[in-house]
Amino acid sequence: MKSEIENRFWDHASETMSAGLLRALQLERLRSQTQLAATVPYYKDAFAKAGFSPDNIKTLDDLRRMPITTKADLREQYPLKMLAVSRDKIQRIHGSSGTTGKPTFVAYTPDDMEIWSDLVARFLVAGGLRPEHLVQVAFGYGLFTGGFGLHYGIEKVGASIVPAAAGNTPRQLMLMKDLETDVLICTPSYALNIAESAKAAGIKPDELPLKFAHFGGEPWTEDMRLQIDAELGIMAFNNYGLSEVIGPGVSGECLYRDGMHVQEDHFIVECLAPDTLEPVAPGESGELVFTSLTKQAMPIIRYRTRDIARLYPEPCPCGRVGVRMSRVIGRTDDMLILRGVNVFPSQVEEALLRVEGIAPHYMIEVDRPKQLDEVTVKVEVSPDSFSDKLSVMQEMHDRIDREIQTVTGIRMKVELVKPQTLERFIGKATRVIDHRLERRGKTE
Amino acid sequence: MKLKQLSVFLENKPGQLTIPCKALADADINITTLSLADTHQFGILRLLIREHERAKKVLEEAGCVVNITEVVAIDVPDRPGGLAEVLEVIEAGGINLEYMYAFTYRKRNEALMIFRFENPDAAVELLQNKGFKVVGGEELSRRVDE
Repeated sequence: MKSEIENRFWDHASETMSAGLLRALQLERLRSQTQLAATVPYYKDAFAKAGFSPDNIKTLDDLRRMPITTKADLREQYPLKMLAVSRDKIQRIHGSSGTTGKPTFVAYTPDDMEIWSDLVARFLVAGGLRPEHLVQVAFGYGLFTGGFGLHYGIEKVGASIVPAAAGNTPRQLMLMKDLETDVLICTPSYALNIAESAKAAGIKPDELPLKFAHFGGEPWTEDMRLQIDAELGIMAFNNYGLSEVIGPGVSGECLYRDGMHVQEDHFIVECLAPDTLEPVAPGESGELVFTSLTKQAMPIIRYRTRDIARLYPEPCPCGRVGVRMSRVIGRTDDMLILRGVNVFPSQVEEALLRVEGIAPHYMIEVDRPKQLDEVTVKVEVSPDSFSDKLSVMQEMHDRIDREIQTVTGIRMKVELVKPQTLERFIGKATRVIDHRLERRGKTE
Repeated sequence: MKLKQLSVFLENKPGQLTIPCKALADADINITTLSLADTHQFGILRLLIREHERAKKVLEEAGCVVNITEVVAIDVPDRPGGLAEVLEVIEAGGINLEYMYAFTYRKRNEALMIFRFENPDAAVELLQNKGFKVVGGEELSRRVDE
């Protein structure tokens, strides 16, 4: 398959500029981006507290003097207090889920949309997309940046799109076969689901027209890639992004599939030790922190992603200048990514607190026995909430089920257990048992 | 005239019924009768036990969630339509029946029905007025010992 893909560029000049030119461009853009950020009340205060002024940026190292932005900081600016432009300049609003059940909104001006689409186009073209291809987008379309982000990037390249959206796997296969889809876009776990359904329907990999695929939205492993490549008869590419930074398009793989090229002309990436926020040694794993350089609607300064990965600065044979990042190998908080949706254990707690008589003693168990994440929430029955009537207990069970779905947006299996059966924690509770990690084995 | 019934919460996994039964056995407590209600998510074990207070303590010490509710035991005529007659009276009296289960003795050839009513006192009064035999705790013990 690899031989079919040439090393092409969407924006050759930007993607292959010299390192010297790139740093000069970053410095210039960092100045203007921080000046724009300083017009946002939140950043005005944060800069003042940190004793930082956008006017004295001398080198890129001055970035280290700038304040860190966290998800909690963004949440406090709900819904749109992080805007650096007036509302009439906004073309699009997306959102990501957070701990409170309310999304964190991000906004785009028409120029932001242009850049975003270009950045998506870059990794798509690096990973084989050509104008003659038909692309099936099996990402959710909605507040999630994945669906529309990829959609606009594909349009930019000039390829054709089937906006299949996520779900209804038999229909995905039908579309794929009947319309002769070349490229699949979805989460890696959904790709495995599609592969499984194809197998069950007796469809062999070579009967599927797919050539390659671009996956993102959740961490996955090299083992999963090998499996998907073999089962769908494709070449699968990894890409990375998060809505707070821009959405998909922050980084993506080239045909060498050895790390994702960070689009450094639009973002500065740092790799920091999560406890000290000091840079880790080159090549070591740490928390990725991104600073936007060209955003208009919502500039973001030193955003802590909570994603753990490695950066490797060695040049790539493809000729792209951007530093490469490894797969995301972990999180520094307890956020779970379940079927592509961000879920925090505290959201489950919030859901349980809405059900009278339920003590918030719970445990979340995550597994991926086949292709899809399966989540079980174990909830303790208390003597107060226990009834001898089946209907009362069933209603309580169903109520918990509904509340969890309302707060987290995904369906979890609710299991009522006896009191005191769940481990009691001293200090910080570990509410999650993630069996997916054991299944991943040693491969990062 | 009402009986104390113990209910025990059971998780939906193998061996869960053994825990309360073993705990009672180890404490030398005899179960007069029991009924099991379950869904595919969990189960509820209902027990009639003479020493219900001691049994509750024993079960709780074994880690079970237990609650006590009052139920009514009624002699049901052992012939076709016997149960229907009782149910008609209950329905006509506007009394809500939550659930019921049957109970037979070793030596007697008759059935006792255990009823869980929303309002057990009203049910006892109504059924006695209509001539049904409501069996209390002492008599139940006597019958079991026969």
